[in-house]
Amino acid sequence: MHATDALKEADRLMTVCNSCRYCEGLCAVFPAMEMRRAFSDGDLNYLANLCHSCGACYTDCQFSPPHEFNVNVPQTLAKVRNDSYKFYVWPQALAPLFERNGLAISLIAALSVGIFFFGLMAINDPAVMFGVQTGPGAFYRIMSHNAMAGVFGAAFFYAIAALIMGFRLFWRDIGETRETLTNGVSVWQAMKDTMALRYLDGGGPGCFNEDERPNDRRRLYHHLTFYGFFLCLGATSTATLYHYLLGLQAPYPWYDLPVVLGTLGGIGLVVGPAGLMWAKFKRDPALRDENGRGMEMAFTAMLFLVSLTGLLLLVLRATPAMGTMLALHMGFVFGFFITMPYSKFVHGIYRFGALVRYAKERRALHEPTPSKAKALAIPDAKAGA
Amino acid sequence: MKVGTAVSRDVPPEQVKASLRPDAQAGAVPVELARKHDVLVIGGGNAALCAAISARRSGASVLVLEAAPKFYRGGNTRHTRNMRCAHDTATEILTGPYTEEEFWEDLLRVTGGQTDEELARFMIRESKEILNWIVEQGVRWQPSLGGTLSLGRTNSFFLGGGRAMLNALYRTAEDLGVDILYDAEVVDLDIQDRQFRSATVAYGGQRHNVHASALVAAAGGFEANIEWLKQYWGDVAENFLIRGTPYNRGSVLKMLLDKGVQQIGDPTQCHAVAIDARAPKFDGGIITRLDCVVFGIVVNKNAERFYDEGEDIWPKRYAIWGRLVAAQPDQIAYIIFDGPSLEMFMPSLYPPVKADSIRELAGKLGLDPQALETTVETFNEAVRPGTFDHTILDDCRTEGLNPPKTHWARRIETAPFYAYPVRPGITFTYLGTRVNKEARMLMADGSPSANMFAAGEIMAGNVLGKGYAAGIGMTIGSVFGRIAGREAANNARN
Repeated sequence: MHATDALKEADRLMTVCNSCRYCEGLCAVFPAMEMRRAFSDGDLNYLANLCHSCGACYTDCQFSPPHEFNVNVPQTLAKVRNDSYKFYVWPQALAPLFERNGLAISLIAALSVGIFFFGLMAINDPAVMFGVQTGPGAFYRIMSHNAMAGVFGAAFFYAIAALIMGFRLFWRDIGETRETLTNGVSVWQAMKDTMALRYLDGGGPGCFNEDERPNDRRRLYHHLTFYGFFLCLGATSTATLYHYLLGLQAPYPWYDLPVVLGTLGGIGLVVGPAGLMWAKFKRDPALRDENGRGMEMAFTAMLFLVSLTGLLLLVLRATPAMGTMLALHMGFVFGFFITMPYSKFVHGIYRFGALVRYAKERRALHEPTPSKAKALAIPDAKAGA
Repeated sequence: MKVGTAVSRDVPPEQVKASLRPDAQAGAVPVELARKHDVLVIGGGNAALCAAISARRSGASVLVLEAAPKFYRGGNTRHTRNMRCAHDTATEILTGPYTEEEFWEDLLRVTGGQTDEELARFMIRESKEILNWIVEQGVRWQPSLGGTLSLGRTNSFFLGGGRAMLNALYRTAEDLGVDILYDAEVVDLDIQDRQFRSATVAYGGQRHNVHASALVAAAGGFEANIEWLKQYWGDVAENFLIRGTPYNRGSVLKMLLDKGVQQIGDPTQCHAVAIDARAPKFDGGIITRLDCVVFGIVVNKNAERFYDEGEDIWPKRYAIWGRLVAAQPDQIAYIIFDGPSLEMFMPSLYPPVKADSIRELAGKLGLDPQALETTVETFNEAVRPGTFDHTILDDCRTEGLNPPKTHWARRIETAPFYAYPVRPGITFTYLGTRVNKEARMLMADGSPSANMFAAGEIMAGNVLGKGYAAGIGMTIGSVFGRIAGREAANNARN
């Protein structure tokens, strides 16, 4: 009936949880669960991607192991979630990339860095590659602007296309429609929930990571990573505008907008991933999908290396190391771009979709309709004891 | 399906979960047991932790001895969800006022007057402060979810449920420097001349003598002690399922009563509801409860109806069926209903038994098919037309049927047909120790103990002689726990 053992277990747990409901104040997963009686694979993939893995429901559950009911929602949903990335990947032929994702991403990144480094060495005169380049267009003496724009543009747009295709599969499989995505209210609510990481706080007290104390810093690290990423994206976009609209060529002085955005973003994108990796390292194994570890580490390490090489490039751009740093940075960025649809990057896409759907469902539930009572499945038995 | 054969052995808790006791390795004792503490708290639930925190905040050194392993700490508190506190205005989490007077009237009604009015009114008054005090101890309330909770005005819900509440209290107690031991069972108490002197604790395979200036007993009732239940129920109790942990054995209560503390509450009484017969013997908690009696009929193992399924609305109907099933042969019954009712009530852990005909359903349940068919047919013929509404006492009833179904009676005729097997599920017992407003235990002769206090289920019988109102157990625990801790600390200082 279910495609995998993890989905089967998730179905069992949702049946247990649906007859308890004590956790309904913790996050979005449990209220979404309460709107259902039976759970298809699509439903479970929706719930799994709605889960932010805060761990509160595990620590709070009277039936978590060693209890014989063996209720471990964060771990089970982590497994389902990690499987769902493989399940919805486009093209399907690349699904095996998610089998040993840590290794796959590392190899692709290494290959990408290698090609850029040795390729640029092969093309360029060593005096250019390892010499000091300054002034407008310094970077483009290593690799022409058109080549850069062409290579990275192609990689980026391929990634976007593959992500969209994957998302379409996910969206259709959970039973959603185009109308939901064009509903401004739902989308805006999901954006607010995403930007605040609303459901990564255990319902208020904070998240759990290594023990029973809600002193987890993952939300902070994730914010640094998330906003760091968008600042870097902003830096690239402004630089593009500078180039084409204003005719200003990189490198720009340190106080100029692209560099300021990139520096701030880069710092966030170094500190954030480092913190996330440290938190993952310390995380209670009970809360974790052991098989998803390589994927998480590879993706986070990739972000870390993209920004670290970017910052080093900034610091060393007036030295003979510039050519090398540029090659390394471009190698990591390219590797990051082409693996976006095949790495943990996709978690953000599916989770955002899940939040849009939840925003829609929640609104429907709180509107006074005859189906409301049915959806709530008789609320008066909530008394406990 | 193992419906017919309930687990009939009274399994000692130490055998049930012996493998799950990481804290119980012999040797290293994390707390210095030889050191005399100001206050010894026996128990590890809401009342015990409120007492420990309150005593510690009053300046006392405190030792908590919890008999259960760490995971099972807290007795019935693990399975609770809310607390009933009086309040004069609506709050962020409560939809309207619930005055002291209204609380008192509710208590008077559910107990049928079996309550100590002075103590009860005192508790209700104190409950107002508890709403804030418990938050100061780290517990979080859950905001009312869209006004969907029928208890949204009277009861405050713990964010994440009872175990989350308990975890918060433990974190606070640890931060304050309260010493806590798990797997530490008190096996004897030295009480002389109304005064507690020491306790004998079995811990890590050894016995230790623990001294303290004052004692707070907050170790719950005896609902998990089948042998004790059998004293009042006979062998019938073998077929009871216990909704909480196997550690609620009442040994501390028994020691106190044996050593001269005054008894309160009816020893034969316990709170029992009908729960799924497939539930585990212990600790099935909330998810095995079934609240679908009103949607069908209930038959015993002879496929005969035995009580009006439509007598009253929740919560009263919820609390009577445990006792009703306990009075049936082999303490088992079956709720029978048909397709249209399936999604009209809260889902529960186990799926209902399903069949395309009543005859087939009877076969699956091990009932006489002919007898069940006759019972259903007779019932269907007696059903009068009406407008079904399960939220009120509607006009759907039977005529000329004995026993009647006075509300919500609808013909059971649309396949598939469903059944849930049910057994009595014991929540808690009423027997306890007598206390006064200081939570101080009274001795059999009515004189106050010199240094012994009680809080929680172990003294709940003082205010709750019988019956139940949702969330009141936690009110008793927090109010009297807080008082007992404070008074024990004061007592230890003098």
